[in-house]
Amino acid sequence: MKVLVAVKRVIDYNVKVRVKSDRSDVDLANVKMALNPFCEIAVEEAVRLKEAGTAEEVVVVSIGSKSCQEQLRTALALGADRAIQVDAQDQLDSLSVARILQKVAEEESADLILLGKQAIDSDNNQTGQMLAALMDRPQATFASEVVVEGDALKVTREIDGGLQTLSLKLPAIVTTDLRLNEPRYASLPNIMKAKRKPLDVKTPDELGAQLAGGVELLSVEPPAERQAGIKVGSVEELVDKLRNEAKVVA
Amino acid sequence: MSILIITEHDNQSLKPVTLSLVTAAQQIGGDIDLLVAGENAQPAAEAAASIAGVRKVIHADNAAYAHQLAENVSKLVVELAEGYTHILAPGTTTGKNLAPRVAALLGVNQLSDIIAVEAADTFKRPIYAGNAIATVKSADAVKVITVRGTAFDAAEASGGSATVEACDSVHQHADVSFVGEELAKSDRPELTAASVVISGGRGMGNGENFDMLNKVADKLGAAVGASRAAVDAGFVPNDMQVGQTGKMVAPELYIAVGISGAIQHLAGMKDSKIIVAINKDEEAPIFQVADYGLVADLFEAVPELESRL
Ligand SMILES: Cc1cc2nc3c(=O)[nH]c(=O)nc-3n(C[C@H](O)[C@H](O)[C@H](O)COP(=O)(O)OP(=O)(O)OC[C@H]3O[C@@H](n4cnc5c(N)ncnc54)[C@H](O)[C@@H]3O)c2cc1C
Ligand SMILES: Nc1ncnc2c1ncn2[C@@H]1O[C@H](COP(=O)(O)O)[C@@H](O)[C@H]1O
Repeated sequence: MKVLVAVKRVIDYNVKVRVKSDRSDVDLANVKMALNPFCEIAVEEAVRLKEAGTAEEVVVVSIGSKSCQEQLRTALALGADRAIQVDAQDQLDSLSVARILQKVAEEESADLILLGKQAIDSDNNQTGQMLAALMDRPQATFASEVVVEGDALKVTREIDGGLQTLSLKLPAIVTTDLRLNEPRYASLPNIMKAKRKPLDVKTPDELGAQLAGGVELLSVEPPAERQAGIKVGSVEELVDKLRNEAKVVA
Repeated sequence: MSILIITEHDNQSLKPVTLSLVTAAQQIGGDIDLLVAGENAQPAAEAAASIAGVRKVIHADNAAYAHQLAENVSKLVVELAEGYTHILAPGTTTGKNLAPRVAALLGVNQLSDIIAVEAADTFKRPIYAGNAIATVKSADAVKVITVRGTAFDAAEASGGSATVEACDSVHQHADVSFVGEELAKSDRPELTAASVVISGGRGMGNGENFDMLNKVADKLGAAVGASRAAVDAGFVPNDMQVGQTGKMVAPELYIAVGISGAIQHLAGMKDSKIIVAINKDEEAPIFQVADYGLVADLFEAVPELESRL
């Protein structure tokens, strides 16, 4: 089977982002960027399917400006075979991204499409579901285990109440949760090899994807800062404060 | 304006988050209808009809909706969408699974996890793990929104007398089926609804040690949560994870035990009213958000805390 993985370039998860002083957006100038952690997990899962002989080819796709080629190379170094950059503005809205991914998935005749459950910049958690709806295919979001059974998948999902298992006929869309796997580190030889793997650039127009829009970012503000608290010297003092000062314990 | 709320329920009772959605809908303004899609979900539909301020409950009962699979319920919602200006779903795993499908089928973008209503078309939502709050305006004809429950007070669960309208439409996607589920059983309150939460991190050392937290929780009527590190290490199940990619909680009192305070964890709990941190490392970032910090070994402090409560 052929696996398509959608990956996004985002701020490194260790960086605490700051709001620009004019409050128009967050400040991404000179900030360390990386592959979205959930996308890394998606790439790892695809590569494992290839190593197991279940997948023949792993194609990675990212939608954004030229800089996302860096993350596509990372995915190639992790073991993907081929990459596609769809040239568009960064932070394109989710429906537009889903429409572009649909065209790519159709062109590639992908059997399994893997996405992260969430991009850690937008925190949207919606693109995979939108793509599945547009393609009218089944989805398993927040996957913590994926088992291929012939032309179907058995997927365990992390839900609020515990775990749920679904069976999906391929083609299907899966979004990854943190415990699906632990991504490997790219080795130096693989990083070198990745430089020679094919990376195509396409445009939404060439793919015939119609962009959506509709949502406007008016402003961005920092969250309310918490007042600095105090250190207590003992458990006794803590309980006293909780009872008599904060009044949150009877 | 008129608003359709997709309720979350287990066929028997409504999840408390539904009441927060009703409040969010009241802030938007307009008629409020609730959809209960389930199997043998009569009790949930009745509970929905008695919420104050609800005009109508649409009750779709069929085996296809038993587990509220997104493939099926999204098509039902799209069929019912005509005439609604807003469609609201909870920012839970069920709502997040379902609502984007509705949005895509309607050809609109979704506003995820809103925490405030500024106007009928303008909302606030956290981005970057809550390190920034975006104000966004939607020009779409119908606004599909997921709502963070903890950001809105609960509406009155009783006092309403909405009509219940049966809906016979069945949508069953042929290529997906439910295999099974393993739900955590607990007598304690649900994490996102509890007024006190005590969470443990990697510092707990193992799963058995969480019993110390359970004992404190029993005395305080608290829910027990965890950091990702504690879940990944297998100390406790995934449904206990608090944070950017786990559950969002905002209780009256949050007690973090053996948790360092990574931004991803803070994203899930920093809106709590009072935060207590117990950590042996006085430099731990959790102390920067704690109202009361105790630098101590948790293996001594937690049992003492229990005995003093
Ligand atoms: C994409 C992504 C998403 C994530 N999502 C989440 C999320 O939703 N929720 C989440 O929590 N994390 C999340 N994380 C992980 C996060 O970055 C941290 O790794 C995690 O929160 C650390 O957990 P911790 O504080 O328990 O462990 P640590 O950082 O290892 O801290 C353990 C703490 O315990 C203290 N300690 C140890 N022994 C004792 C003792 N005997 N007495 C007192 N104190 C003691 C130590 O001083 C230390 O501060 C995410 C990470 C990524 C990359
Ligand atoms: N611009 C993009 N390019 C490629 N994949 C994307 C893009 N935006 C989102 N995705 C995919 O959708 C997932 C969820 O993103 P989101 O819905 O924005 O939280 C990400 O983890 C990616 O797999």
